[in-house]
Amino acid sequence: MHALVFIKQVPDASQVRVNYETGTLIREGVPAILNPFEAHAVEEAVKLREKFGGKVSVITMGPPQATQALKECLAMGADKAFLLSDRAFAGSDTLATSYALYEGARKIIELEGEVDLYFAGKQAIDGDTAQTGPGIATRFDIPLVTYLTKMDEVNFEKKYAVATRLTELGHETVQVPIPAFFTVEESLNELSHAPLPWLIKAAQTEIIMLSSENVELDRNQCGLKHSPTMVKKAFTPEKRQRGETLTGSLDELIKETAGHLASFVK
Amino acid sequence: MSDKLKYDVVVVGAGPAGLSAAIILAKAGVKVIVIERGKFPGAKNVMGGVFYTDCMKGIVDEFPGKAPVERHIIEQRMWILDEKSSVGFNHKNDRFNEEPYNCHTVFRARFDKWLADEAEKAGALIINNTVVREAILEDGKVVGVKTDRPQGDVYANAVIVADGVNSLLAKSLGMRQNIQKDAVAVAVKEVIGLDEKVINDRFNVKANEGVTIEMTGNFFNGEAMAFLYTNQKSVSLGVGMVIADLVKNKLNPNELIESLKKHPSVAPLIEGGETKEFLVHLIPEGGFHAVPKVAGNGVMLAGDAAMLVDSIHREGSNLAITSGKFAAETYLEAAKKGDFSEKTLSLYAEKLKDSFVLEDLKKYKGLPDMLQKNERLLKKYPKVLNDAAFELLNVNGVSKKDKEKLIWKNMKQEIGLGNMVKDMLKIWRNVI
Repeated sequence: MHALVFIKQVPDASQVRVNYETGTLIREGVPAILNPFEAHAVEEAVKLREKFGGKVSVITMGPPQATQALKECLAMGADKAFLLSDRAFAGSDTLATSYALYEGARKIIELEGEVDLYFAGKQAIDGDTAQTGPGIATRFDIPLVTYLTKMDEVNFEKKYAVATRLTELGHETVQVPIPAFFTVEESLNELSHAPLPWLIKAAQTEIIMLSSENVELDRNQCGLKHSPTMVKKAFTPEKRQRGETLTGSLDELIKETAGHLASFVK
Repeated sequence: MSDKLKYDVVVVGAGPAGLSAAIILAKAGVKVIVIERGKFPGAKNVMGGVFYTDCMKGIVDEFPGKAPVERHIIEQRMWILDEKSSVGFNHKNDRFNEEPYNCHTVFRARFDKWLADEAEKAGALIINNTVVREAILEDGKVVGVKTDRPQGDVYANAVIVADGVNSLLAKSLGMRQNIQKDAVAVAVKEVIGLDEKVINDRFNVKANEGVTIEMTGNFFNGEAMAFLYTNQKSVSLGVGMVIADLVKNKLNPNELIESLKKHPSVAPLIEGGETKEFLVHLIPEGGFHAVPKVAGNGVMLAGDAAMLVDSIHREGSNLAITSGKFAAETYLEAAKKGDFSEKTLSLYAEKLKDSFVLEDLKKYKGLPDMLQKNERLLKKYPKVLNDAAFELLNVNGVSKKDKEKLIWKNMKQEIGLGNMVKDMLKIWRNVI
């Protein structure tokens, strides 16, 4: 089996604050983390490798600092890690990003062999678009299973997978031929504590660099210039007012709370 | 198990002590693994923020070079606070502008990460996110460590324990007791963001130059030590108090820093700033008497794990680095003999004793106890001193001679002549 996981390094959204005066995000000092959904994608790929043998590759597109996120994936048990980094990608939207990652993935196939299962998080916590994964799947023209919550069965001989996905109404179990692309939910699995030898191996594994020097790229599909996404308007959600704290004896509190509620009802 | 993990040395904890040991060992060709519990080296590490250059000799050439330092310190202020006033001593010196700089402010999260990169470059293996639970013992000798990971046992000739003030490993080996509430302080620190230019103006310095302020006095019942350090685009404001005193005064660390921020000598320096980070840490402040046995069979304790902090001079990271260096040198000596018993490793204790590390701690060995037992020192004197300064400087038609009499009378009343003589002698004995 060869699984390829697309990951992204994102700012820890739980630590990003809003400057209400300027309406911009305060990113300074916010640590970069592995997109949490993708941690589960790597976990699933590694679990499958432990069951069926083979290998797990991970790739990300980003600046050199993104190696940190790749190292995290290696420590979770991934075998190979690729960083796709080039000035040509600066300012890419999801369309241009999915193109670049598609070309990166083709290079990985060339280097490491055919891929059976592609994984990515259901979305990144910074942009929340959920477009890049499907964009790559479309370019490969392979089945896409979004919001994966359970990998029921993979049959490498007969080349199919049975998977359960989350829908608006509940769950849906589908069978798809492989290679196929899966974008995953956090509920897919529990992250496990990797064995120490994996971490040692990871610390000694070099990240493989991909760029326009070793990946064939159509410049007309890369970067800001070829990113048709337009941001029409950005606005800051209203600052939430702090709740009121009441103190006093239980009876007083009940009375006061009831009074407050009554004024709402009116 | 035939494929058991075996290294020459296991270093527990990727802080200054552990990493400096790892750098020296790796440079000498020793196979060394550093096991860190944080997500990355520095993730869990906190200190006030002043890092002394001298200790980096023999560890990283050309310091600071590319190391992430903030400002080099050219002025140090010491303030004795009363409730609404302060008496101070300042030393600003252009000689502190000469390279190599005496000290810099640093952020440990960045600094330790950088030092870890240096250790990796030297050939050390650094493993993050892994907790060392206990030592593996064979015939009373430490031969490795057990981690919290599957297949997580690692064997080695010797283990250097540098896992910080609350060293789980030293405790599990019986080399340290549980934290004693009178030997450990809780320190809280806020990083308060300010414009670079505002800092330069407020502290009267040029770009990259910095100021430190140490504060003590009749504040929070006189038992706290506080500090304010300038970084590039922020100041670090912190305050620490020994746990026993926090309990006694029924204070929590947040109250300490909130009231410090309102002190009229401090408030204007941080005005308009925005708190970017809030950090809490334990600091071993027990001094000389709190230092445990530092060497055993196959094991050495370094840095905070060995309680090596000189709180009087706010030195800790340099003691940690020096102890890490000594532990590594001791290992290299022991490796020549092929003997890692306590007898050989006790050379490490000797090295500490013969250096400034234990000499400084020994010099002030009576001080923590003296300060704790003599409330006058931190409660009465600061007030008397501040009152005296005010009296002298406030012009109100009273003659200077009468003012001096008044101050003297006040001192006698507040402290008493006999007590003053006693206190002077005590300070003389414990400090000089």
